[in-house]
Amino acid sequence: MTKMPKWADAVLIPLISIFLAFLLSGLVIMAIGKDPVVAIKTMVQGAFGSSNGIGYTLYYTTNFIFTGLSVAVAYHARLFNIGSEGQAALGGLGVALVCLYVPWPHWAIALPAAMIGGALFGAAWAFIPAYLQAKRGSHIVITTIMFNFIGSALIGYILLNYLKVPGSMSTESTRFGAGAHLPTFHEMLAPLGIEFNKNAPVNVSFLIALLAAVGFYFLIWRTRLGYEIRAYGQSETAAKYAGINPVRIVVIAMLISGALSGLMAINNVMGEAERLIDNAVEGAGFIGIAVALMGRNHPIGIVLAALLFGFLYQGGGELSFWESIPRELVVVIQALVIMFTGALDNMVRAPLEKLFIALNKKKEA
Amino acid sequence: MDYLTIIQILDSTVRLATPLLLTCLAGLFSERAGVVDIGLEGKLLAAAFLAGAAASVTGSIWIGLLAGVAGSLAFSMIHGLASITFKGDQLISGVALNFLAAGLTVVVGQSWFKLGGRTPSLPTEARFGEWNLPFSDALADVPFIGPLYHELISGHTALTYMALLAVPLSWWVLYRTRFGLRLRAVGENPSAVDTAGVSVVRLRFAALVIAGVLCGMAGTYLASLAAGFVKDMSAGRGYIALAALIFAKWRPWYALSATMLFGLLEAIGNRYQSITMGDFTIPVQFMQALPYILTVIILAGFVGKAIPPRAGGTPYVKER
Repeated sequence: MTKMPKWADAVLIPLISIFLAFLLSGLVIMAIGKDPVVAIKTMVQGAFGSSNGIGYTLYYTTNFIFTGLSVAVAYHARLFNIGSEGQAALGGLGVALVCLYVPWPHWAIALPAAMIGGALFGAAWAFIPAYLQAKRGSHIVITTIMFNFIGSALIGYILLNYLKVPGSMSTESTRFGAGAHLPTFHEMLAPLGIEFNKNAPVNVSFLIALLAAVGFYFLIWRTRLGYEIRAYGQSETAAKYAGINPVRIVVIAMLISGALSGLMAINNVMGEAERLIDNAVEGAGFIGIAVALMGRNHPIGIVLAALLFGFLYQGGGELSFWESIPRELVVVIQALVIMFTGALDNMVRAPLEKLFIALNKKKEA
Repeated sequence: MDYLTIIQILDSTVRLATPLLLTCLAGLFSERAGVVDIGLEGKLLAAAFLAGAAASVTGSIWIGLLAGVAGSLAFSMIHGLASITFKGDQLISGVALNFLAAGLTVVVGQSWFKLGGRTPSLPTEARFGEWNLPFSDALADVPFIGPLYHELISGHTALTYMALLAVPLSWWVLYRTRFGLRLRAVGENPSAVDTAGVSVVRLRFAALVIAGVLCGMAGTYLASLAAGFVKDMSAGRGYIALAALIFAKWRPWYALSATMLFGLLEAIGNRYQSITMGDFTIPVQFMQALPYILTVIILAGFVGKAIPPRAGGTPYVKER
């Protein structure tokens, strides 16, 4: 017996969960003596009111699409990858090394090379936790948390001792060469006669992120490997009976997950900063968890959820500027979204299931 | 390195290990009952904030302690609601709580104190005083024993001694009482406990209450030590405590040695920017990452095997 129609499971439950999360966020805003309506207006104005705002919103969205897809790939194999943060940081190192040590003539050649560098480093950072989970049963959640810290220490060490400009106060590498400059929306849209703000950091990586989402769909639902990943995630024992090698699936799923996180670096390191700075990821890896949960591990959902968080991130910045509400409010919203769409799923689901069963009975009677 | 330096390093080891020990024991109770607690970090932070806020307003760190414990308990109960009552994913709930604490402390702190998310700094009388044990000053000049007693054993805050006492107490509760036996059983085989007519839900909530109180104490200790709350002041200590818990193989006495070891690493890292051994220099970043590296090695099972409680991480569903 199906308890609920498919649309309710895919759309209605997430919408109710998100509604509850935002309702509580609104209460938090009221509790600190501010007006939620004014807050939302300020955020919408800041995030979508100008091409500068849109540019920043889409820039953050790009980051979150990559990390959201990363968390989702692992989740399809029932692996909870909390390590996107560290994998994206290592990806940044890979991208920086590619951009720093090769004098690229043109971005179109530099970008694929940087993508390989970022993906390789990100995947490498996911490999050890994956191997330990697959071979030795070490819990991936704990090992990826540990690897976030180890990664952050490693980047700090390399930045301070090898990449830092001698004599400079700030811990950052030198600027990448002009050949590694990615075209921004301003430069891409100008030939079409569209005026886009010059300072907005959104760049060609946004399109790569969308391509990655399409690729994700084909990988998970249209290939043999994707089938094996999903089968393993549904039931490990059934997958084993079907001849699927669990070690192989765990390692491959985590390598893809790490590579997707590492790819994020083409946006924040290569596209925006154009140098390697300390803590360049700024929590985008953790937001990926919220994005994947909210997007139900489906690329369309992930892109939409990433857009929502991009809006929150950019709007939150405006909020702290105009309304003196700290931008940590976004972290609160993020927490509530994770809580309601992830952990409190049954709280929304159970009453809805009862409702649908009652409705079905009525129809039959 | 002379004798006094060693004593001083050990002294700061105890100081730094105190919050780790309390948090580690908190995780121990929770995980032994089968509720995985990644949210230790968040509880620590929430407690530190409320303790700092209450102590700065009332001028009493003991009222701060009450507020800190209350905040940590509230977080514990949300975790219970999500992961026990609604049978949600314990890992996801913990992650959410960590973010909730990181965000709320700053948002609320800014609204209350307008200091960019920190609380007003605490005067000496609104912090935990150091307890001088009997004869501490009289013995201070006695060679060898004097500094050991005066610097290392005496002169810590009440919470440090409470944390040290909590170790044998936890051992006693877990291994010598009926409650402890049931608590451990519920983390290994909850259906057996249920069959015996004991409520799984009640036991797990009881474990979370203990965890909440211990985390509240740890957070208050942090706020008192730093003379007020600063944004993100827990700085990953909840995760280090989680690492120590694995290191300790979920046992109270091992928890003491694991947290002391991690405290020692932090103390050495704080005192020496880099350590030179012959031609080789150990960078400070390596010292910072060492607790995590050690935990991964332990988890990998190359040095002894850390086996978690068997029912950990799975919500208990009664068969119908």
